[in-house]
Amino acid sequence: MTETLTRNDALVIDGVALNSRLIMGTGGAPSLAGLGAALIASGTELTTVAMRRYSVDEAAGGGTNLFKLLLENNIRILPNTAGCFTAREAVMTAELAREALETDWVKLEVIADEHTLLPDALELADATEQLVNRGFKVFAYTNDDPVMALRLEQLGAAAVMPLGAPIGTGLGILNPHNIELIVSRASVPVVLDAGIGTASDAALAMELGCDAVLLATAVTRAQNPLVMAEAFKHAVIGGRLAAQGGRIPKRAHALASSAMDGRPDL
Amino acid sequence: MNTIHINGAAQAFAAGTTVAQLVTAMTGRALLASGLAADGGRLGVAVARNQDIVPRSQWHATAVEHNDELEIVTAVQGG
Repeated sequence: MTETLTRNDALVIDGVALNSRLIMGTGGAPSLAGLGAALIASGTELTTVAMRRYSVDEAAGGGTNLFKLLLENNIRILPNTAGCFTAREAVMTAELAREALETDWVKLEVIADEHTLLPDALELADATEQLVNRGFKVFAYTNDDPVMALRLEQLGAAAVMPLGAPIGTGLGILNPHNIELIVSRASVPVVLDAGIGTASDAALAMELGCDAVLLATAVTRAQNPLVMAEAFKHAVIGGRLAAQGGRIPKRAHALASSAMDGRPDL
Repeated sequence: MNTIHINGAAQAFAAGTTVAQLVTAMTGRALLASGLAADGGRLGVAVARNQDIVPRSQWHATAVEHNDELEIVTAVQGG
């Protein structure tokens, strides 16, 4: 039953059908081999990478080893603009990624400072507009601000990616109401990005109506990344099904599920 | 002496050195005239010269000059 429901429930972005609604990041993994195993266990079909200077340090996943790993496993690549503080830097990074990796998809991150890693809304809007004009499919990493999310969509973002909590904190979804509001008004896919700590956080994101979840640290820095990757795979499917199944309303008082009628007189 | 910077490191270069030669020296992979890898695999590398992208189709035609700043980048682990 689950197989049937999930098989017919691909997330389509830019005409590409993704059968897994779990988008993985690759940051924080201690080894490339361990990362590869975790990505496979997660079932992900789309995974982010950062663009950095070419390094010949093989032990650190240098050269083009990560690129090869993703190609070999048929995982689509979503380059990010991590580490960019201005629209100018982000546009340049996206252009380098398009040239190197042959994709016009980009996860747009323009952060305000290294302490919070929170998006800088003004630079983000500027970069989104420029990249859309240059033909990129922009996945915009944004604050959990319903107004900003709508603005990014109007600027042409292919998907909006509100944060659950700041990057790497594992605090979960700090403002579920805002996420729900973003989802209810968006006509592009909404991907919950950042802040996920454990499986229930990812399930909640999907229950709130998000179209997908993006996480990295919660798997790569888990005590057992392989097991955690599988946990997230199931959490995202479970949360999606729960959103489609329709939860019962919350009640203040108990409601018996066994009828009182026909109760024996004891 | 003629000097260029590749990924922040200064190095001497012979007159007429092309971007394609520098990419091959760094990655160890030979390039076709198109800039694609001769081994048929995807290269996964991009080059910026003085803040401008050099498309791979131009790598062979682009000779570096004194004081050029080159960035040769690829995909690494990240968010």
